[in-house]
Amino acid sequence: MSLTAVILSLLLSPLLLSVINRSKALLAGRRGAPMLQPYFDLVRLLKKGVVYSNVSAGLVQLAPVCNLAALMLCTLLVPLGPLPALIHFQGDFILLAYLMGLGRFVTMLGALDTGSSFEGMGASREAFFAALAEPAFFLAMAGLAKMTGSQSLTGMLQTISMDHWQHNAPSLLLILVALFLVFLAENARIPVDDPTTHLELTMIHEVMILDHSGPDLAMIEYGVALKIWLMAAIAASILVPSGTNPLWLALFLVLMAVIGVLVGLVESSMARLRLIRVPQLLIGAGVFAGLALFLEFVQ
Amino acid sequence: MIEGAVTVRHKESVSLQDIPCLPFHTFQAALSTGLAAGLFLAALPKLYGRTGKKEVLAVLRHDQRRRLYLLRTEMPQQWRSLAKEFPQVASFERELAEESGCTLQGHPQPSPLRYLPQTGTATDDVGRYIGSHDFLRAEGEEMHEVAVGPVHAGIIEPGHFRFLCYGEMVFHLEISLGFQHRGIEAALRGRVPDRRMLMLMETLSGDTTIGHSLAHCQALEALAGITVPDRAMDIRAIALELERIANHVGDLGAMAMDVGYAPTASFCGRLRGAFLNITAMLCGNRYGRGIVLPGGVGHDLDDERIGTMVDQIKTHFADVTEAATLLWNTPSVMARFEETGTLTRKQAKDLGLVGPAARACGKEMDNRVDFPTGSYRRHRLPVSVWFTGDVYGRALVRWLEIKRSVAFVLARLQDLPTWEEQTPFCRLPADQCIVSLVEGWRGSICHVVVTGNDGEIGAYKVVDPSVHNWPGLALAVRGEGIMDFPICNKSFNLSYCGHDL
Repeated sequence: MSLTAVILSLLLSPLLLSVINRSKALLAGRRGAPMLQPYFDLVRLLKKGVVYSNVSAGLVQLAPVCNLAALMLCTLLVPLGPLPALIHFQGDFILLAYLMGLGRFVTMLGALDTGSSFEGMGASREAFFAALAEPAFFLAMAGLAKMTGSQSLTGMLQTISMDHWQHNAPSLLLILVALFLVFLAENARIPVDDPTTHLELTMIHEVMILDHSGPDLAMIEYGVALKIWLMAAIAASILVPSGTNPLWLALFLVLMAVIGVLVGLVESSMARLRLIRVPQLLIGAGVFAGLALFLEFVQ
Repeated sequence: MIEGAVTVRHKESVSLQDIPCLPFHTFQAALSTGLAAGLFLAALPKLYGRTGKKEVLAVLRHDQRRRLYLLRTEMPQQWRSLAKEFPQVASFERELAEESGCTLQGHPQPSPLRYLPQTGTATDDVGRYIGSHDFLRAEGEEMHEVAVGPVHAGIIEPGHFRFLCYGEMVFHLEISLGFQHRGIEAALRGRVPDRRMLMLMETLSGDTTIGHSLAHCQALEALAGITVPDRAMDIRAIALELERIANHVGDLGAMAMDVGYAPTASFCGRLRGAFLNITAMLCGNRYGRGIVLPGGVGHDLDDERIGTMVDQIKTHFADVTEAATLLWNTPSVMARFEETGTLTRKQAKDLGLVGPAARACGKEMDNRVDFPTGSYRRHRLPVSVWFTGDVYGRALVRWLEIKRSVAFVLARLQDLPTWEEQTPFCRLPADQCIVSLVEGWRGSICHVVVTGNDGEIGAYKVVDPSVHNWPGLALAVRGEGIMDFPICNKSFNLSYCGHDL
């Protein structure tokens, strides 16, 4: 039973990317790629050879594996709506945050290892923005923990019920907004980053993986899908009641699709922020989450 | 009036012997006087004299008086640079030094403009190649260099950009071009104008096909004394404006794309194609090849086609209006456009910027008004000017020009004069010199033609607007975030092959 969450995460995560891409395409008046395109891409990349720079010290080869391993471990910790996570213990959200941090850290090391000035620039931006996103994430988690009295992700997310929505709606909404902003920043989406741009000078995440190819790139792309899925799952789980009713699982999946469409809407309705404005957005997310925590304390 | 200069009107041919060959110091004094008086250096071509003497012609334009001043001198061994006083001559001097082998004295950036390769090699005649010079350097904590290109991520032309950055901020950008050099000017020398020469002109810079072929044909017609019928003139103007509309629409979309604003990017991408297709109704080619010929136009329009064109332009213009309105009404887009890549009016004047980039800084300069020919003599187009000089200004000027060009094209299409027989092109007179100016969508296009003693091309100089504007881009990104370079670059949208020739 518990493994279901892990298997669902591993199988369905690329589909969420598809939902985002399809909604963007439809909003731009295009038909869009097939829904299974991310899977096709992964298969295509897995079949290809790999090219390594001969000036790298080998970290560039290590990065995709470590990153993917860290993110796959994360799937063990995140509950999917009514499905509890395989492993849950007090303070597991800290492990989750730093597993994702580890994935980011090795990706940055791999980027620096290539010796390209673009990739160093991307790594520097990623490090800066991640440092600002992290407190927002922890404040949001702390707010949830205070509200529910639980310190594990599964405990927190499955305790939230209609009762909480009746009494703690403002905090919950603030936490959702904060998590959504962190979600956009962590996953390199507009308005923080543009995942579809070809302009290296403007990229944050994409520029760090310019020198990866073949199966390595497939691992990174799959990691991207997993990360989006997991972070969206946390937000969606807040909204879904717990219990064994299969309807709740269906509701969870619908909510995941809604988040995908929401991301597509955001990306189709606004431009990217200027790089120097991104910290303000992330600090804003931190303020929202902090306010939620404050409300929980005064209540 | 400048001492030693010959004053001509636009497209007025003058015998080369009538332009006095000044001693170098007199020439430079005259040039300085002109530039200090606010004149614009349109071209500084090297002449290929019959006797093997190397000579230089300077073409200065006086926009208010609508006159051109021509100065001639013998090429010295050492060229004392005026670039520090008058930055607009910098690129011309670099080009001249490279073509004639003279050395530049006191030039702030003496590296060659293009590194003209010898036949079959990648190096020029002294073994230099693109990027072989020492780029400017800056050292210190947090200083780093970013080298971009010549191979780029998008489907664009090759060019090398070297950024000196302090963290995310650009201190300086050095642009190194020349990868697209094809030797067009050299290929024209000694030839008699023919269909093949016209094709070279049409492919000089693919997106300015009509602009460059029009400048070429204007020069030949004026030299040969051919009058082009009114109807042909109107069709040419329609073609030129359609080229402007298509490119400006494409640019608005590309600028939206660069800030990650999907709706306008998708709409304009399609609409640019729609306007290219309307150009194809004129001549069967989306980029307008074969429409402008010496003596007139290659194809006439019938009433049915005019009707279809008018309908389509109206439909697509409504869509462009919608896409552009989205752009102006989206705060996140405006936050990226406004106060990004700002140039002042003085900088635009000093650097000698042209086209929408100059007009966005408040510099009123438009060949369609300053040096009008054909249709533009009878129908005045307002000059679209803005004052902010930033990316927003360059986008807005493009939008204003789209609106005014659409109105112009619709008016011309519905009021075409009757067809008259076109005079076929014959021979060029010997030893004449002429300057032809056209306002292409990117800015002022200048062709200087000097004929030899048999009526062949003695020297042919093409000055694409990009030559004037590349230094403007380098200045615009100073102090900006390096992340804003692509949007600044797109707001100029300069040609590589037009520059490299």
